[in-house]
Amino acid sequence: MLKVLKSGFYTTLQDEGRFGYRDKGVPVSGVMDVGVVRNANILLENDHDAAVLEITMTGPTLQFERDTYIALAGAEFATTLNNEPISNNKVHKVKRGDILSYGKLINGFRAYLAIKNGFKSKEVLGSRSQYYPITKRGSLKDHEELKYDTYIDFEPKISELKVKSLLDEKVLKVSKGPEFKLLDDEQLENLFIKEFTVAKEYNRMGYQFNEKIKGHDWSMLTSATLPGTVQLTPSGKLIVLMKDGQTTGGYPRILQLSDKAISILAQKKLGDKVTFKLA
Amino acid sequence: MEYPISIRSFGEHAVLIEWPNEVDDAILEDIIQFRSFLKQNYLDPQEWEMVPAYNSLTLIDRERTIDYQMFKAQLKIWYRERVGVKSRLRYLWKLPVCYDLDFAIDLEEVAERLGQSVARIIELHTSNVFTVYGIGFLPGFMYLGGLPKELEVPRRLEPRQKVAKGAVGLAGKQTGIYPQESPGGWNIIGNCSVPIFDVKREEPCFVNVGDRIQFYAISRAEYDLHKIQGEVGIYQFEKIKLDA
Repeated sequence: MLKVLKSGFYTTLQDEGRFGYRDKGVPVSGVMDVGVVRNANILLENDHDAAVLEITMTGPTLQFERDTYIALAGAEFATTLNNEPISNNKVHKVKRGDILSYGKLINGFRAYLAIKNGFKSKEVLGSRSQYYPITKRGSLKDHEELKYDTYIDFEPKISELKVKSLLDEKVLKVSKGPEFKLLDDEQLENLFIKEFTVAKEYNRMGYQFNEKIKGHDWSMLTSATLPGTVQLTPSGKLIVLMKDGQTTGGYPRILQLSDKAISILAQKKLGDKVTFKLA
Repeated sequence: MEYPISIRSFGEHAVLIEWPNEVDDAILEDIIQFRSFLKQNYLDPQEWEMVPAYNSLTLIDRERTIDYQMFKAQLKIWYRERVGVKSRLRYLWKLPVCYDLDFAIDLEEVAERLGQSVARIIELHTSNVFTVYGIGFLPGFMYLGGLPKELEVPRRLEPRQKVAKGAVGLAGKQTGIYPQESPGGWNIIGNCSVPIFDVKREEPCFVNVGDRIQFYAISRAEYDLHKIQGEVGIYQFEKIKLDA
């Protein structure tokens, strides 16, 4: 078991997401920054959908009750294993009783803890991703315990990955959304010239920005939305739907973020700036 | 009947197919039929998700990047090919609603605004059959079409922070059930005693887009009984098979 001594601000279990229930209104969920988690699972030679912890802004303190191997990825925190600093993108052996603790957030917003063979919580509708009320709770709580396999003799083929970090990227590559053609010249200019600053409304469901563009009075029938869909509200606000975002919506879908752009945005927090660029 | 459909790229993994921009049972039926056809013949449900809503069908590939030009051409051929294919069975679901004022916190106000009696509002709400045009917003939230004009009432000026699970609401041309507790701005006129979405069931949401819904009024005592039956999973939903 992994003992959650302190759960942190918002720590959730995530895998690649819940697939096959979008037509019943169930968000796909899953890790927000897919790219970095893929690398962590590769290092541990896990299945690509092995469940990891997604750690947000203020990290948890965790104690391992069995030997295993872990890899950290994503946002940079001052992370220590038994008070010794440890780094991202590297396989670390942990022993029974070891304590992993997350200190100050240095760069980015979401960090990941991957573990050999993945966390073994109960699957709900084919996924371990926490999303309330599909799963009983939306995030971990203090003193909770998480199951994992004991591992004592893993010899990783690669023990460290040199990866180009996207944490400082601010250009979001987008393609045209289904209602892109409704935009006029003024809206288009604003959309691709302005910098957009992450507003206080941002979470796993979606991101909003302080800046607006010109609004509209278009009405459309409710239709499907995806993670990475950029909606334009009548008042000119942009809403980027993320992994826990609703599966249908009634606002025009003006842009669609690339997978990589979703990963980049997932690492942004209040006050960070991004721009949109048509791919 | 063949409609003029338009096909659009929607990011790396999805394609959107749109039918004429109307709320129409025949269009919805064509969408459902095409979806069944694709599922049965060409698009493996392990790889593809298909989300129908009103006048659109969105096809989403789980992982792969779609070659849009090629897929678009293929879809046009499949759409012509599908003619005469029967869609899956559709059902009319009878859903129990308790209109007791304990739950129906806006019912008296709605009646007053619409210049009707409370009894008449309940009668109108239970005598009409609604079409499920989409499921979204929340897990199991149905977009129901076919509300009679006499029940059209604007949404509340101030949304509530908390609307109860099962709350049945009216807003504009729509009526619906909140499948879970959530914030909401609809006028609440009752509560559905049985869970629309339940992860414990093999099929967590039995209703499909294209099905029909009819409400019927139940007493407070029946409501309490259903609640218990629903929680232990022995409530039997009443459904009627519809001719395709």
